[in-house]
This record gives sequence, C-alpha cells and structure tokens, in this order.
Amino acid sequence: MGELAVELRDVVKEFSDSEQIREVVAAVNHVSLQIHDGEFFSLLGPSGCGKTTSLRMIAGFELPTSGDVLIQGKPMGRTPPFQRPVNTVFQNYALFPHMTIGQNVAFGLEMKGVPKAEIGPRVQEALAMVRLPGYDKRKPRQLSGGQQQRVALARALVNRPAVLLLDEPLGALDLKLRKEMQLELKTLQREVGITFIYVTHDQEEALTMSDRIAVMNRGKVLQVGNSSDIYETPNCRFVADFIGEMNFIKGIIQAQAGRSATVGLDGGLTVHARCEQSIAAGTEISVAVRPEKMNIDSSAKMDNEFQGRVVSIVYIGTDTHYGIRLAGDQLVRVREQNNTPGSRPLASEGAEVKVSFAAEAARVLTA
Amino acid sequence: MSNRRSPWLTLFTFGVYIFLYAPIVVLILFAFNSSRQNVVFESVVNKEPCGVFYWFCALTNNSDAIDAAGNTLTIAITSTILSTIIGTMAALGLQRYTFRLKSFSEVSLYIPIVIPEIVMGISLLVLFNGIFNGLNNAMQLAGDQRLGLGLGTVIVSHIAFSVPFVVLTVRARLHSFDKSVEEAAMDLGANEWTTFRRVTLPMIMPGVLSGAMLAFTLSLDDFIITFFTNGPGSTTLPIYVYGLLRRTITPEVNALSTVWIMVVLIALIVSRRLQRRAA
Ligand SMILES: Nc1ncnc2c1ncn2[C@@H]1O[C@H](COP(=O)(O)OP(=O)(O)OP(=O)(O)O)[C@@H](O)[C@H]1O
Ligand SMILES: [Mg+2]
Repeated sequence: MGELAVELRDVVKEFSDSEQIREVVAAVNHVSLQIHDGEFFSLLGPSGCGKTTSLRMIAGFELPTSGDVLIQGKPMGRTPPFQRPVNTVFQNYALFPHMTIGQNVAFGLEMKGVPKAEIGPRVQEALAMVRLPGYDKRKPRQLSGGQQQRVALARALVNRPAVLLLDEPLGALDLKLRKEMQLELKTLQREVGITFIYVTHDQEEALTMSDRIAVMNRGKVLQVGNSSDIYETPNCRFVADFIGEMNFIKGIIQAQAGRSATVGLDGGLTVHARCEQSIAAGTEISVAVRPEKMNIDSSAKMDNEFQGRVVSIVYIGTDTHYGIRLAGDQLVRVREQNNTPGSRPLASEGAEVKVSFAAEAARVLTA
Repeated sequence: MSNRRSPWLTLFTFGVYIFLYAPIVVLILFAFNSSRQNVVFESVVNKEPCGVFYWFCALTNNSDAIDAAGNTLTIAITSTILSTIIGTMAALGLQRYTFRLKSFSEVSLYIPIVIPEIVMGISLLVLFNGIFNGLNNAMQLAGDQRLGLGLGTVIVSHIAFSVPFVVLTVRARLHSFDKSVEEAAMDLGANEWTTFRRVTLPMIMPGVLSGAMLAFTLSLDDFIITFFTNGPGSTTLPIYVYGLLRRTITPEVNALSTVWIMVVLIALIVSRRLQRRAA
C-alpha cells in the first residue's frame, strides 16, 4: 500500500436548517476513511446517505463541523477549493456554457498560470484522451450528454490533480453508454494513475470499477473493503441487503463453537452458519445466504439440507430463480445457473425439493 | 393552407401599429414645419441656415436645450452604471445567501416599483431637504456654499428607482443559474473574484444588460421624480420641454424630440446587439 492520498479523520458534517435553527441534521456522522495513492475508491450508498457531502468536504465546498480532512498528509482546515490539489467531475457536468470546449478544458491550466504555449498542446492531449479530438471549437450545448461528460472529465484531468473526485458522473447517461463509460473510466484511471474517489448509488457500478468500496448509510461508513469482501463477507444486515440479492432467515442462536454457530429456526429446523462475533445463546439473529449459493436437489452432501416446496419459478435466461417455502414456512430464493446445453428447470411449481447449502455460505448477522 | 391568416388579423395589426407610431411620425413631421405656430403644418421649412433642417440648427444655438441634454445624458449614464452595479450585487446577494429579514428586504426592494412616482418624488425631496438643512446648519455654511438640490440629488433619486428594476431582471436570469458552474470554476483554481469575472458575470450578462437598458430609458424620460429633486443647473430635457410647453410650442421642440427618439433608438439597438453577443 502506498501513501495516503486522502484521509478523513472522524469527520462530522451537520447542516443547521437555516429556517428553523433548532433542527440539526448530521449528513455525515463520524466518518473515518483512508484512501491510498492511485486507488479507485468508491463511496456507495442509498440516496441521502452523505456521499456527496463527504465528497464536497474533500473538494472544499463544505467545511466539516468537526474532524479533519487530509489530502496527501496535509490537514486542509479551511483551505478554499481553489487551493486544494483535487479536481471534481460534477454530476451535471457543470461545463461553462459561454465558453468553447477548448476554453473549458484550458480554464484550469490558465488559472494555474501554465504558459500559453503549453496550454494548447495539453488541451489537445486531454481531448484526445477522452476521445474527443477536434471538438475544441464547439460549445457545450452542441454536444451530447456522453460527450459533455467526457469534456468534464478532460477539464478535470488536464490539471493532473493528485485526486479526482467524481460525483455520480454517469448518472445521467443511458444504460449502454454508462457501461461503456465505466470501462473507459476504469482504463483511464489505470493509465493516468490518479486516485479516483467515485460516488455512486449503483452497486454494480461500484463492484465492477472499484479497488475498494466504502458502503455508507445514514451518514455512517458501515464497511470498507474490496468488491469480493463486500459481497462475500458483509459485516451487517444493511450491507448484505444493499449489495446483491440476499436471503435473510430469522433464527435464534443455540450454540456457538469458534466461528461456527448452530441456529434454531421456526418449525424446529436448525442451520449451521458462520459467525464472526460471539453471540450469547438465545439471541435473535438473521442468517444470510445468497440465492446462488443454495442448491436444489444437489447430490453433494451439505451442512444444511432442508425440505421445501417450489412456489415460483422465474426463468431469466442465464439463471432460473426459484421461490421455495421451507418446512418452517421460511421463504427463500434460490438461483440456479442454466449452464448445460438445453438446460431445463430442475423442478416444477408445487414440487417437493431439497434445498442445500454449505455452512460457509451462511452468515449470522445481528443488526 | 393553415398558414393563411385572416385578413382581419392583418388589419388589426396595422391598426395597432398606426396607433403606436402615428404620433411619433407626426411629431417628426412637425420638426420640418415652416410655421413657428406648431398647430398646422404649413409647408416644409427651407430657410437659411441649414434649409430643411432649420429647426435642428436653431437647436444647436439654444444653450438651454443643449445644457438640458447634457444633464440628461450625464444623469442617465451615471445612474445607469451605478444602479446596474448595485442592482446586480443585490440580486446575487439575495440569490446566494439566506439571512434574517431576507424576505423583508426582498419586498422592500420592490416598493419603489409599486408606489406612485409622485409619492416617491415628494419623499425624496423631504429627505434631501432634511439632510441638507442639517448639514448646512452643522457646518455653518452660508450663501453660495450652502448645499442644495442639483445633479447629485437627481442622480441619487434615479438610482433609487432604477435599482429594483435591475434586481428584477438580474434575478430572473439567476433563477436558472446553476451554482455548480461556479463551484467548478473554484475547483479549477479560480478564486472568488476570478470566478465572478470569468464565469458568473458572463453568464448573467444578458440579464445585467437588459437591467441597464431599463435603467437608462427610465432615467432618460423620468419627469416626476426629477421635477421634485432637481435644482439650479440640473434641468433635464423632460423638465426643459415642460417649461417650453407652458410658453409656446415651436418646431424646435419637435426637432429636439426627434433627436431624442434617435438616441433612444440607437441605445436600444446597441443593447440588443450586446445582449445577443452575450447570450
Ligand atoms: N446544504 C444542505 N442543507 C441541508 N441539508 C443538506 C444539505 N446538503 C445535504 N443535506 C442533507 O444531508 C444528507 C446527505 O446528503 P447528500 O447530498 O450527501 O446525500 P447523497 O448520499 O449524495 O445522496 P444522493 O445519492 O441522493 O445524491 C441528506 O439528508 C440531505 O438532505
Ligand atoms: Mg449526491
């Protein structure tokens, strides 16, 4: 791991509602983050969880109520945005409408006092990098959304900032263009080696692009890790639920031995699951299992095997989703891949089946 | 076929135009009248000096009219520049900040637009007299030194009634203004002043220009408030013409008005050009 590009130390941001001074909203609530040099770091969370506010505090548009923002090890304090070594790509692009694309991209260099002779070539280079060569004479309103997006990117990258902040930069694009731009962004980031801090509420986007992800909810960071950490070992119910699809089965801890726990379910069933913390017997918990980690009528011997009845079948091409009601009336979703030539459904609606999964695939979550 | 308009619509349109412009055409026509009595049109004037433009030339020898025109322009230009600056700053402040008494200050800004001009004229007069009396007494000024109504008071009054119009037009422009564009400028290294100069101002320029144009024309033809607040040496064209009307109306007045209309027309064209360039 390299140097820290950005660090948040116990940052709090409260907005006092200007109309009624009494009402205080903590948009960001004691957040600490360490973002390494050259990393593609995503802030992921639902609407209103404080992603934008966190980003704006790094950029300097908002000042923390308490806590510190450090960029390249230097505490930022009240440093204004124009003196911070970061650049932002805004969600709505925020291009200067009265300037040409060339003038837009040159703006940052001009402000830095880069010699005129050097500005021209660097603008061309930046436009070429985002695959818009020869567009410098146009006005922003003459470009499509995706093109404007790339201009915004070029305008920020041309300054070679230490850190690039991106606030849902692909939010306004259609799905196909978004996928294309995701790949482009990721490739670009590898090429230029600049630290990217990327805000998104799209979990798939975060999973595919990021080196590490911080999952946020209600102003707090719940978990930080790489894509597979977040997906495979969520540390709380919110993360498990927010990322991907998840079955939650209610139960009561019966016994725990090290990291494996035995959980009693309704209907006298027991399930063996992985448990990271020690929990007193009798505590109500949820067991979380991903649908694709459950099998139907598998011949392999598993730690957990239940009888159930198929209540729904949804065929979606690559997979088939089964809704299965277990003996204790728990409804679970199971996903089976259609990975053999001419795959047919494993069961029909109403059929009695065996659902099995490994203890390793099931996790005990308290909250 | 659906493009065929009703002949009545064409007729009506012509009617409106005649109603609007006939008086102006007549006014200009009478500037070329040979009779001093400006009641009937005798014939086109053709006298030395200047022939057809006799009355326009007579005007150039009329030092009162020239002084009045000079005063009018001085007042209009000064009050336009100042009220545009003040109004733009006020509009930006109202847009950007929330503060106590904000809605009060917004409403109070628009009061000069709605109260009768004569009330505003009288209250400004009372205010100025109060201030000058106080100052004259305090500084024990006498005779010629005494402060009084003049160009300064007219300019201040014109600023007072122009500012709300500038605020109104600039705010209309700011309504669709995206704050993140300013943030983008700061993010790229521009400090507050550079951001204003390079980004904010160019973007609101059309609003600022139409505000300035409004202020300019309002000032050019203001009569009532100027009537109350002018003093020796600050007679404006409207006041001067009003004075003439009470004596005799000669074609000189028409010539003066014709020049005046031309000036306003040119100002209008220039401002539209600027606005189109800024937009
Ligand atoms: N200027 C402000 N004044 C008052 N409250 C604010 C302000 N900005 C944000 N908030 C509040 O702070 C919380 C977090 O907002 P933020 O914009 O950071 O959310 P977000 O995670 O970016 O959401 P989204 O995905 O919708 O953009 C929200 O509850 C929001 O209402
Ligand atoms: Mg946001």
